[in-house]
Amino acid sequence: MNWRRDALLLGAVIALGVLPWVGQPYTLRLGTFACMYAVLAVSWNVIGGFAGYPSFATAAFFGFGAYAGGIMLTRGYPLAVAALSAGAIAFAAAVVMGAVLLRLRGHYFAIASLAVAEVLRELTNSATELTGGGMGLNIPFDAASGGGVVGEATYYFRAMWLLLIVTLVVVLYVQRSRLGFGLACIRQNEAAADMIGINATLYKSLALAFSGVFVAMAGTLYAGWVHYIEPPDVYDILYAVKPIVMVLLGGLGSVTGAVLGAFAFLGIEELVWRNYLQIHTGMLGLLVVVLLLFLPQGLVSIGPRLAIWRARQRREAPRGG
Amino acid sequence: MYTLQILVNGIVLGCLYACIAAGFSLVWGVLNVINLMHGSFIVLGSYLAWGAYNTMGISPWLTVLIAAPLFYAGGYLVQRGLLNRVIAAPVLVTLTLTFGLDLILNNAMILAFRADYRSLILDPPLGTIAMGSVVVPVDRLVAMLFALVLTGVLYLILRRSRVGRAIIAVRLDRDAATLMGVDVKATNAAAFGLGAGMAGCAGVLMALIFPISPLSSTAYLGKAFVVCVLGGLGSVPGAVLGGLLLGLVESFGAMAFGPEHAVTLSFSLLILFLVLRPQGLLGKRGFE
Amino acid sequence: MAELMRLQGLSRRFGGLQALQDVSLSIGRGEILGLIGPNGAGKTTLVNVVTGVHRASAGQVIFEGKDITRLRPYQTARAGLARTFQVVQPFPDLTVRDNVAAAALFSGGCASIREANRVAEQQLAFVGLTASCDRPALSLTLAMRKRLELAKALAMRPRLLFLDEVNAGLNSAEVEQAMDLIRQIAASGVTIVLIEHLMKVVMSVCSRIVVLQNGALIADGAPSTVIADPRVVEAYLGKRYAQATADAQVTP
Repeated sequence: MNWRRDALLLGAVIALGVLPWVGQPYTLRLGTFACMYAVLAVSWNVIGGFAGYPSFATAAFFGFGAYAGGIMLTRGYPLAVAALSAGAIAFAAAVVMGAVLLRLRGHYFAIASLAVAEVLRELTNSATELTGGGMGLNIPFDAASGGGVVGEATYYFRAMWLLLIVTLVVVLYVQRSRLGFGLACIRQNEAAADMIGINATLYKSLALAFSGVFVAMAGTLYAGWVHYIEPPDVYDILYAVKPIVMVLLGGLGSVTGAVLGAFAFLGIEELVWRNYLQIHTGMLGLLVVVLLLFLPQGLVSIGPRLAIWRARQRREAPRGG
Repeated sequence: MYTLQILVNGIVLGCLYACIAAGFSLVWGVLNVINLMHGSFIVLGSYLAWGAYNTMGISPWLTVLIAAPLFYAGGYLVQRGLLNRVIAAPVLVTLTLTFGLDLILNNAMILAFRADYRSLILDPPLGTIAMGSVVVPVDRLVAMLFALVLTGVLYLILRRSRVGRAIIAVRLDRDAATLMGVDVKATNAAAFGLGAGMAGCAGVLMALIFPISPLSSTAYLGKAFVVCVLGGLGSVPGAVLGGLLLGLVESFGAMAFGPEHAVTLSFSLLILFLVLRPQGLLGKRGFE
Repeated sequence: MAELMRLQGLSRRFGGLQALQDVSLSIGRGEILGLIGPNGAGKTTLVNVVTGVHRASAGQVIFEGKDITRLRPYQTARAGLARTFQVVQPFPDLTVRDNVAAAALFSGGCASIREANRVAEQQLAFVGLTASCDRPALSLTLAMRKRLELAKALAMRPRLLFLDEVNAGLNSAEVEQAMDLIRQIAASGVTIVLIEHLMKVVMSVCSRIVVLQNGALIADGAPSTVIADPRVVEAYLGKRYAQATADAQVTP
């Protein structure tokens, strides 16, 4: 754990805050997505990277946050209140859910977490009075944003940016805490972790909760930002898979890697969307395949790999004389 | 009686589900790979049937025979060429890899065939058959029989053929199998090929009953998941039992709660089983 | 001697297999108790049931006067029990120090990671692994991993320590070192239950021996008495040998 690298990371993210003064609405939009993706990736890394449980529950948390927070927004609650409430409920629900689901390992846990998103989506679809069901939910403009395209864009960028900073501070703290230590042990050898006194069920549930709270809040911010949500949109399985790809892209287990991966992924996504709209899902698929087959440790590993490669070249080079 | 009709519907549906899931269960149980392309393979099989019938007049019952070796070969190559590289990798990697491959496949299908739904309509139509108070469409009935036969053939291949026995050997003890001279790489590829073959054939049968579109692939995949968890992994009888259970639950559930809740019901059942009995009705605790 | 732990009618089934049958045993404070028996007798299962890894099918485990039968592994760890594994279970990617610090932190009563590191270094010095503190646990030899396992168990500040085949795979010099460490640990006040196959270790270190066969306790007493017991001889060496020994004892 590198204090310097983490401080650099935080610094860089804070520096992003200048965006509203230098960018137009398009860059602000990109920046908002970048922060949102980073929140999703860093959050997933807590359950997937720290604890070693491959969760596909991100879509469930995101959709839940979008609807729970979105409904509060339609009732006139301010953005911060809606987001914090959605986050709090998600946290509590995840602790309870985790105690049950985290007894499963590997594939079974992955599917269970995916199934939760499906069930939530269908329930949201059916509760038409509350959520608008299949016809979607319209979320009114927030007076606090000041109105106007630039005002709106700035407002939601700031919100997402703040969320990212909070997420980073909390997750970096968790990584260095008892909880983080315990999760590392659980990931490497759960039986041994039990035997040295770690309450694995509790720790895993907390990890799941932390992986969900900020995602739910991001969902609320997203709902307020786009003003219209429907179940297949916010419970989309891609919201479960993309954060995983981002983390794998950046390097599993590393918070910096997660952020880098998220930004890199967004960059690639934008490029592909603008130029290859018809095949953009195929391109995403291609990215995933190439990544997994050729760069399994992510971008963060490029440096060390290059060093190893160079060292091997030097060793194998013919000696003079 | 109304209930009897629902029961029969459930059984017919259940056999189809068993066929959809048998190949998926094989790959998951034996290779420990969740093949997220399975749904797309099924859809591809449906398109094959549709194309063969509408352009060349080949009856779907015949297309099944064509689909089997075609999809087997395709699956074999995909496994040997791509998936084999990550065969020992953690769950996360194999899941995400097959997800990525599925994105490519699905996108390709949308480009080639467009996303709109089409149907394979037999001409002349086969009509319905009435047995007492119960009415069953003939095409469904025949499809169900084919589904059962296919599943039975898979079972026999696993039990009687050399390839099948090799697959089971590798599943039980990889190292011991290698010591006995089993070519593990080829066996793994064969297992995946069989899974793909089953999917393709299932797709041909589905073309007669359900509308065809790349958008359906997730639905088929979802069904396969549920059947595997319910029935137990890597076991053909498990797939049959799981399929029947799901078919019956959906039929009776549709009557009780309405057809729009069928998916929620099946996934809730999935979660219930995962929590209470993850190895399914017939499975043993083994692959995770 | 004050009683530290009592097992009462402890049983455990795995499906059709009765792994432990009505085991009743008392462990006194300060003892070094040897637990021996042929392969598959249920020795490791006994430890697993006592520490909570498997649930007892019947019977009770009383530790320091409290019923701990239903406690889960992490709870028994915090209650004062520690064990080593026959097949060592380190945290492969953590350093040697971190491995021990984890044990100190989560059940050794340490309030902070810093304090846990200090305790870790103490225990590593005791077992002689100070030089490897910063290496990943993965890189140690088997003998060193066994000592790491021991350091971890000690860092938990247990009152009762189960050592499961600590000497398996060690050469005779390493075994001597291990026996020495065990004596020192006992001298510091920790009660030890030693699962062992090497008779020389059992005879020289243990104050008392119990013998398990097919899940049942067939002997309990001083080392010299137990190994002469014909039932024990039969369990290890077969009926004919036992008969021959018994006959030899009768004829002058």
